[in-house]
Amino acid sequence: MAGRRAARRKEPPPAPVTPGPPAPPRRAHLWRGVTPWLFLAAPLALLLTFTYAPIVNMVAYSFTDWDGVSPELHYTGAGNYTELLTRPELFEVFFVSGYYLAASVLQIVAALYFATILSFNVRFRNFFKGVLFFPYLINGVAIGFVFLYFFQDGGTLDSVLSVFGVHTDHAWLGTPTSANISLAGVSVWRYTGLNFVLFLGAIQSIPGELYEAAELDGANRWHQFRYIIAPGIKPVLSLTVILSISGSLSVFEIPYIMTGGATGTETFVIQTVKLAFQFNKTGLASAAAVVLLLIVLAATWVQRRLVPDDRVDLV
Amino acid sequence: MTRRAVARTFVYLSLVLAVVVVLLPLGVIVLTSLKSEQEMADDSGALSLPGDLLNLHNYVTAFQDGEMLAAFANTAFILLFAVAGTVLIGSMTAYAIDRFTFRFRKLVIALFLVATLVPGVTTQVATFQIVNSFGMFDTLWAPIALYMGTDIVSIYIFLQFVRSIPVSLDESARLDGANAFTIYRKIIFPLLRPAIATVVIVKGITVYNDFYIPFLYMPSEDLGVISTSLFRFKGPFAAHWETISAGAVLVILPTLAAFLSLQRFIYNGFMKGATR
Repeated sequence: MAGRRAARRKEPPPAPVTPGPPAPPRRAHLWRGVTPWLFLAAPLALLLTFTYAPIVNMVAYSFTDWDGVSPELHYTGAGNYTELLTRPELFEVFFVSGYYLAASVLQIVAALYFATILSFNVRFRNFFKGVLFFPYLINGVAIGFVFLYFFQDGGTLDSVLSVFGVHTDHAWLGTPTSANISLAGVSVWRYTGLNFVLFLGAIQSIPGELYEAAELDGANRWHQFRYIIAPGIKPVLSLTVILSISGSLSVFEIPYIMTGGATGTETFVIQTVKLAFQFNKTGLASAAAVVLLLIVLAATWVQRRLVPDDRVDLV
Repeated sequence: MTRRAVARTFVYLSLVLAVVVVLLPLGVIVLTSLKSEQEMADDSGALSLPGDLLNLHNYVTAFQDGEMLAAFANTAFILLFAVAGTVLIGSMTAYAIDRFTFRFRKLVIALFLVATLVPGVTTQVATFQIVNSFGMFDTLWAPIALYMGTDIVSIYIFLQFVRSIPVSLDESARLDGANAFTIYRKIIFPLLRPAIATVVIVKGITVYNDFYIPFLYMPSEDLGVISTSLFRFKGPFAAHWETISAGAVLVILPTLAAFLSLQRFIYNGFMKGATR
């Protein structure tokens, strides 16, 4: 959100507000009161139908045993929630998120490193920028297939290793640990570019004189990073952290496309989708979704508390 | 050799390494897509060059048997409506919120704001029931409605721009007798052009790449968009990596073309848009 504010800084300052015309007559006044609602009718209708109604319904379903199809449903109280928390196999999917959380750390560090060096003078800067960012734009299914081949027996990874004289017949997607590490690696490959571009934007909004002044004072690159860049991009950094947490909890595409959730790579969202649309356990799936939503909201709340400066300025 | 020179070497080495890591998996897929079935079978490894660099046979197979033409058509249809709808809805909302003071304005803003905190994937179970009750399930309209209805990022981008348009422009038009709709249509909307470009790009890329929504809401085979059609390659072409690779390259190429021609706008768009 600071990125936005930073971007705004470049725009011309708003023109001074001129005093309005004299108070319009009463009828015009009434008309003016209705006008904004005419503009807002469609957006609000869509927002309420596709965002708020589902949340309300979902909370309601989560207390029932509904299968999603039959007209019959029974109120089961907190039954779904106790089932979620007591059946270990339903809870285990959360541990898979751990791999993706660890991957996010790597991803943020790499993005920060490349954003820092590419904001100084480097040859072929635009080429490097483009290459780093491009994976983020690629279709997820295509990425899934590219990396299925990458981890194949005799695929890209094995071939590269054999060039260096390492011959493995390791099935990269064969055991839960190695499969999850491989999939989390794909995540890093895919999303580092986005973080990189966000950091780059934030770094570029720091005024250049600061570096010059620091250099005159004898600061080296590390000092410049530590005392100018890091504080300057703190809001974007904290935003990235929160996006990474909610992203790690709601991983779906890559593991679903690559392994279908097999060999211990099932994530929370894959499980929820399977519960709801394959096993017709809409009630249980809703409870799971409510839990996920609460965790994400809690994480966001904590982040807002930690970085109170990062205020959303929609008003 | 000074320390500075060592540091520079290290910087360039790391950059080259990153380029290799990004491009190698993609490059190998391109190589694979040009190989013949025999070449795939003779086990020469993923890095070997294809015998004929212009062997486009796999592309023909992928395009025809994978029904990619229909997929591109469906995607284009959804893109057109979803992006146009997002632009209209986002700009109208931004105009209403920024230029009018009305009762419940704060509440409306709060509703849009809180919605940004709800990750779409979490509510899909219940959204599904609503889409279904409208009879939109398994039609192209389901994703269109969903893409239009939940895009707070674009509203945000428009708001930033509406704010930078001087209010004095509205006022002088109003003195000339223009009403709110004329002002929106003749003054605000045309001046929003840079914001519209940003939203079209960001939204376009998101819609083109989305897998989750079409996968859940349009299971029919003839309603495949490019991601779901490509996903279906997994069945019939299971071990035919040369065909699957060709399909993947076909899907990536339009993105690459768009990226190369619109680079600057794309970076700007994502800096403004992605930080939701």
